[in-house]
Amino acid sequence: MSSVSAFFQRVLAIAGKEVRQLRRDKLTGAMIVGIPLIQILIFGYGINFDVRHIRAGVTDYANTSASRALVSQLEATQVVEFVERPGDALSLRQRLASGAISAGLYIPPDFERRRLTPDRPMAQLLIDGSEPGVEGALRALASAPLTLRATESTQPRRPVELLIEYNPERRTAVQIVPALIGVILNMTMVIFTAIALVRERERGNLELLITTPVKPVELMIGKLAPYVVVGLIQTTIILSMGVLLFDVPINGPLWQLYTGASLFIAATLALGLLISTVAQTQFQAMQLGFFTMLPSILLSGFMFPLAGMPEPAQWLAQVLPLTHFNSIVRGVVLRGAHLADLGVPLLKLTAFLVAAVTIAALRFRKRLG
Amino acid sequence: MAESSQLAVQARDLTRRFGSVVAVDHVSLDIERKNIYGFLGPNGSGKSTTIRMLCGLLYPTSGSIKVLGYDMPRQAEAVRTKVGYMTQKFSLWDDLTVLENLRFIARVYTLEKARAARRIDEVLEEFKLKDLSDRLAAAMSGGQRQRLALAAATLHEPEMLMLDEPTSAVDPQSRRDFWESLFALVARGTTILVSTHYMDEAERCHRLAILDHGRVVAEGEPERLMDDLPLQVIEVQARDTDAARRELRKMPEVRSLAQLGLRLHVLVERSVSDAEGRVRQMLQVAGIEAEVEATRANLEDVFVAATLPGKEAPQRGAA
Repeated sequence: MSSVSAFFQRVLAIAGKEVRQLRRDKLTGAMIVGIPLIQILIFGYGINFDVRHIRAGVTDYANTSASRALVSQLEATQVVEFVERPGDALSLRQRLASGAISAGLYIPPDFERRRLTPDRPMAQLLIDGSEPGVEGALRALASAPLTLRATESTQPRRPVELLIEYNPERRTAVQIVPALIGVILNMTMVIFTAIALVRERERGNLELLITTPVKPVELMIGKLAPYVVVGLIQTTIILSMGVLLFDVPINGPLWQLYTGASLFIAATLALGLLISTVAQTQFQAMQLGFFTMLPSILLSGFMFPLAGMPEPAQWLAQVLPLTHFNSIVRGVVLRGAHLADLGVPLLKLTAFLVAAVTIAALRFRKRLG
Repeated sequence: MAESSQLAVQARDLTRRFGSVVAVDHVSLDIERKNIYGFLGPNGSGKSTTIRMLCGLLYPTSGSIKVLGYDMPRQAEAVRTKVGYMTQKFSLWDDLTVLENLRFIARVYTLEKARAARRIDEVLEEFKLKDLSDRLAAAMSGGQRQRLALAAATLHEPEMLMLDEPTSAVDPQSRRDFWESLFALVARGTTILVSTHYMDEAERCHRLAILDHGRVVAEGEPERLMDDLPLQVIEVQARDTDAARRELRKMPEVRSLAQLGLRLHVLVERSVSDAEGRVRQMLQVAGIEAEVEATRANLEDVFVAATLPGKEAPQRGAA
């Protein structure tokens, strides 16, 4: 038998065994489908950078048709929802202090006169500054009436301009869902592989495998291959949910997305493999897996833009495969970019993969001796 | 070259250290082909470490090994297909069935399809696993799992089997069946190296090395080891065993005392004349009622004698 065909036969034997074990392990099987489904529902609906429906109060001393129009226009942005109407300025402030409302709109009695004087603000928006997301959204909103007033003097019938400028179509889900592919894969893949190898060591299977003709490389490829398929299934689940539930547009070609995803999956699996050469027990593997999770989520640009981070954090981000996958997936899905345009992140991802597999194989070899 | 060698295993000054601990200390072995060779010793005596070095799982710190004519660990890959290894702990997959486990092992050894099917059939038959072929390994008894492990280790028809305490987790009946299987394999030309801490198993081996603290303290055929023991064995059966033991310990001629059930084995130097009479008299004076009789040494006595403190030179039985 040629050594190449023996190589493939042994890799297939390992991969086939892994699939059999996966099929028998009902809980893990459920997790493969369940984790992405639940995560995308939680993150897709839960994470919202685009703050809406802030509870607000309004005290309108003017009570003219123009002041009422201002209130309804502000409400039309959906950023605020006027749920209370305290009778005077003092109680408006008290409601804000008590946390019952996060914003209060104060319209003074001389509202009509102020409207005609361009350099004086015609109303005041009180903001609860303790919530950063709320503050940012309302600050943006507060600048809106100025635009309204400027256009009103010439075209009084176009208060909608405010809405256009705010762009209610800019939904968080569109930004988040593609990046979620990476986060969820990162979460499941690293831990699955880390555990798959450590479990064999814990149960003594590895001691037997080492005395068979199986080579370390064959063992690693055979172990990883089924999980690449698992990862692609998860990618498909997340993408379909994104399209069906959150109307995420997929602007680039699908095959390019899957190419990028495969590379990322391989990189995360290699990270899991690396962990498995360090961890002695499944518990340690889990801990190390989670240890790599948080920096991936926080530093990869999934939540916060990379540009705003201090330099050491940016260097660390460069080591995380999720950082590069985020650039790829956002590029392909949202901007309709081609893989050819994304050479740099693709190259960095490949570099990570090669480095991780090499180190893992070297460390594994040592364990034999 | 490999075939022409008479010896299945040839180890010289094999040493393995784990940090400052010397697990195996200058062990030299010659294991003949088509034999059952036993390692007898307590836990921590270096049996497992030696076996692991012989099958290439561990690298020796120093010393040389030839297995089936190949240099280990340099030519470990060539040896893999010719040796079957059975670990102390069950190391097949709990969540696979008997058949799936065997098929996996067949594929890993790249047995050709027809041969794999024939061999799986044969081992299912030989180790009485036919009715269990769809049973998950996790759902089997200790004896059944051990049969499966031996079936897997012999699937590729290895020239040599290395078995690390294979019977530590099975009942006496399964142990007897297991040894019958081993004799059947030897009859077909397989060389077997087996480690154990059971004396009755050690007695069944063609040849034996007694290990203690990483060193070979006695080596030879079990019969010869027992016959050549340089000590006399006096068996004492006393009504009050504890009192007898206390009394006998006072005798300067007594090298060691070992209790076997209700009997005491008293080891006395060969040079002492009428040891039997002296022991009897000692007990009579002390007023302890006992039956005293000179008896033939068993392996337990050999083991006790070989591991007596202050005994430096390893005992060699007939070569």
